[in-house]
Amino acid sequence: MAKRVVIDPITRIEGHLRVEVVIDENNVIKDAYSSATLWRGIEVILKGRDPRDAGFMTQRICGVCTYSHYKAGISAVENALGIEPPLNAKLTRTLLDFALFFHDHIVHFYQLHALDWVDIISALKADPKKASEEAFKYVPKGYNPIATGEDELREVQKRVAKFAEKGDLGPFKNAYFGHPTMKFTPEQNLIALSHYLKTLEMQRIAAQMMAIFGGKNPHPQSLTVGGVTCVMDLQDPARLAEYMTKFKQLADYTNRAYYADIVMAAEAYRNEPSVVQKNNLGNYITYKTMQTSQNSWLFDACGYIKDFDLGKFYEIDESKIEEDVTHSWYKDTGFRHPYNGETIPDYTGYVEGESINGEGKVVPAKVANPKGKYSWIKSPRYNKEPMEVGPLACMVVNYAKGNEKVKKVVDEFLNQTGLPAEALFTTLGRTAARMLQTKVIADYGIEAFNNLVENLKVDQTTVAPYVIDENKEYKGRFIGDVPRGMLSHWCRIKNGKIENWQAVVPSTWNAGPADMNGKKGAYEVNLIGMKLQDPAKPLEVIRNIHSYDPCIACAVHVMDVKGKKLGEFKVDPLYGGC
Amino acid sequence: MKDALMEKMRKRIEELRKLPGVSNKSIKEVLEENGISRRDFLKWAGALAVTLGLPASFAPVVAEAAEVSDRLPVVWLHLAECTGCSESLIRTDAPSIDDLIFNYINLQYHDTLMAAAGWQAEENYEEALKKFAGRFILCVEGGVPTKDGGEYLTIGPEAETGLEKLKRTAAKAAAVIAVGTCSSFGGIQAAYPNPTGTVGISKVLNKPVINVPGCPPSAKNIVGTIVYRILYGALPPVDNLNRPKWAYGLRIHDLCERRGHFDAGEFVEEFGDAGAMNGFCLYKVGCKGPYTFNNCSRERFNQHTSWPVQAGHGCIGCSEPDFWDAMAPYEEPLADHKFMSVNADATADKVGVTILTLAGVAIVAHAAISAIKPPKE
Repeated sequence: MAKRVVIDPITRIEGHLRVEVVIDENNVIKDAYSSATLWRGIEVILKGRDPRDAGFMTQRICGVCTYSHYKAGISAVENALGIEPPLNAKLTRTLLDFALFFHDHIVHFYQLHALDWVDIISALKADPKKASEEAFKYVPKGYNPIATGEDELREVQKRVAKFAEKGDLGPFKNAYFGHPTMKFTPEQNLIALSHYLKTLEMQRIAAQMMAIFGGKNPHPQSLTVGGVTCVMDLQDPARLAEYMTKFKQLADYTNRAYYADIVMAAEAYRNEPSVVQKNNLGNYITYKTMQTSQNSWLFDACGYIKDFDLGKFYEIDESKIEEDVTHSWYKDTGFRHPYNGETIPDYTGYVEGESINGEGKVVPAKVANPKGKYSWIKSPRYNKEPMEVGPLACMVVNYAKGNEKVKKVVDEFLNQTGLPAEALFTTLGRTAARMLQTKVIADYGIEAFNNLVENLKVDQTTVAPYVIDENKEYKGRFIGDVPRGMLSHWCRIKNGKIENWQAVVPSTWNAGPADMNGKKGAYEVNLIGMKLQDPAKPLEVIRNIHSYDPCIACAVHVMDVKGKKLGEFKVDPLYGGC
Repeated sequence: MKDALMEKMRKRIEELRKLPGVSNKSIKEVLEENGISRRDFLKWAGALAVTLGLPASFAPVVAEAAEVSDRLPVVWLHLAECTGCSESLIRTDAPSIDDLIFNYINLQYHDTLMAAAGWQAEENYEEALKKFAGRFILCVEGGVPTKDGGEYLTIGPEAETGLEKLKRTAAKAAAVIAVGTCSSFGGIQAAYPNPTGTVGISKVLNKPVINVPGCPPSAKNIVGTIVYRILYGALPPVDNLNRPKWAYGLRIHDLCERRGHFDAGEFVEEFGDAGAMNGFCLYKVGCKGPYTFNNCSRERFNQHTSWPVQAGHGCIGCSEPDFWDAMAPYEEPLADHKFMSVNADATADKVGVTILTLAGVAIVAHAAISAIKPPKE
């Protein structure tokens, strides 16, 4: 008899998310539903506004990937108005991206995801000397570990021992420590725990790194339509040096801690079925991001792969991006291109049902109605097919395209861990890919900084002039990868005001419900087949969902205004055309 | 007078000391565990005393207050928001003492940081509400959707609305702090036409709420507000918008590093021009510093690394109610803007840039700003 497990709230994410799984008598997941439980309606709020204001408002879609929607909102308007920002502005935006990715990825792994892998209590049993020696095993060639000296590890243990002894664990209360799918040895737990604490310090540096040219973090404020406003900071050699120093600190930490801990996880978890179960969805899509010179991008692929095939790269056709709302709390429209969407909220709520609770008992609960609507997230599709987006997609698609930097970093990792390329298409692979993406930035990102300095020697321009003709209609978009994957913002401007706005957000691609053809998104379909050790403590599900780094406020901004009939959609040559 | 105040605080602290702590550690132990010296701690206390508008001689009292802070457990509730405020909080200072204090006051529930999820998370929540009823501080991040019964936000396996959850939690809280502009005033989702009927939490609660607005507010303003309550045993003196005066008592403009250029009539005319390269005043490209009450120009962000005005962009007024509507467009001066509302202060239209420049003081009263309706319809 099939039973359901409702997990609401999924914590350690941005936003409000519920996941439900249906399990058989052997506790194997037969079906899954992903449901966002908050709707904010930001796009409808954008209607009628000054286009120059859009970026500031879209930025508030999310405070975690705090820069992504700002850049996207500003860039979409630039694209519509036909503005080409100066090279200085483009490269400065890339520097902000580096800071964002460093920050977002390390905080995700250590503060949000780590408690799925790391058993803090077990770390108390570790031999610090042994752990200290073991740490050398996992670093990349030419690096030494960080924050894992015997002295430091002893201090970490002391701190946590006192904490654990004295009762109230505060935010660590009721965790899944001791769960049978926790695979690190006490020594490995101790190494990771030390980095959990160290990251609290490192993430502050990454935030400062963004503030140098961004003014603040979260929610930087130095982009304007046409360019960037931080011209004084760019002219200040001390500011440039400050950025460079912090970049190097973060790059160093990525190699000595983040990379090493993922190699360690690969070793410890390689036989844990729930972590290495192959994904069911084999389509991955990405778009170029992080411009490093006039004509180059760090991640330059704009395309996708199908059925896990790393041997064949397909280029993207933007007109094939559509959204469906069959199972979303909006009035049905069928598939719609983002320029042409129509979304009217139609909340039908959950239905009465049952769930296994935290004590393993079956109790009444509100549950998703699989035949009806059950989420505030829409279902984006490419050519009517679901796609996974995110660092994993970025890495495998760039790999398939032949991006040399990505190939080198991925191949080295596979060599060092002895994992086959297939292993990328798993929970472990998804978590590893986020680190590998960070490593590519760490190893090669400084190019953008150097090119900016070179350019500043001969060119001080930071903003391109423009006018908004009130008698003209404009249409434009931004597409690019942000920390959680491929993001696009689509806008129309009329009478000098925003006529329509639509954002198709990474977590929407991954977390959306089934579409009208019954095809499920990544969250739902990839859970199917996973066996739970204890349905009362569904850590396997939580770990898998966390591996996507969910950002639900992003995913539920969705709201566009009543679409008028649109002319034909043409890809703008400015940013388009990879 | 000063002595009487200090006496009152000490008495309050003594009372708190008598309460059973939720953790068995003294702050001394916590500091030692975290490798922070007593001296660093006192330095922090001194800085915080000054931030709170107290004389530096109050530093030891602030330190004492922090020592008893574990008597006040904290529940942090997320409603309609973007998590920017929580993110702001974790950026807090090296050696992370603000963060430490925050943890030390016993964070019972915070869904971005806590280990437990689903049923286990809900259990922690209910337990905290029961165990610490009448004693915990409730921090709320995010506005509360109220339209259609609040169905635009549900939390937990029973799909309880955010509105219900907020109300029943607040009923048991000792004090309620609205962290950020969304919980204070509704924020972005409450901008016109406010499709979800989102409001600031004080609109649906019948107890006082301290507003700590900002998009996001600085961690100092959040922690300072909590310490203030411990010190005085009461809510801090607030302005007419329930914002603590020690943080929101001055306009951005009052202490702005570009203020001299404003007074001299030197303005950035458009972004990227010669004025921008020379750090001129940003008023003409939309800076709302003259209408915005906050301490950004003094405290800056990210360990004083920068702030928007230093990075060449004007203030957008993010700690003011309805700023998304009232301050738009963000890159044009307010005085150039035609207001639709009859309630709008007529002087706002008349006070041109020239007058502002010459007088240097003819700043539109912020009370007028808050009355301005959205520039739409």
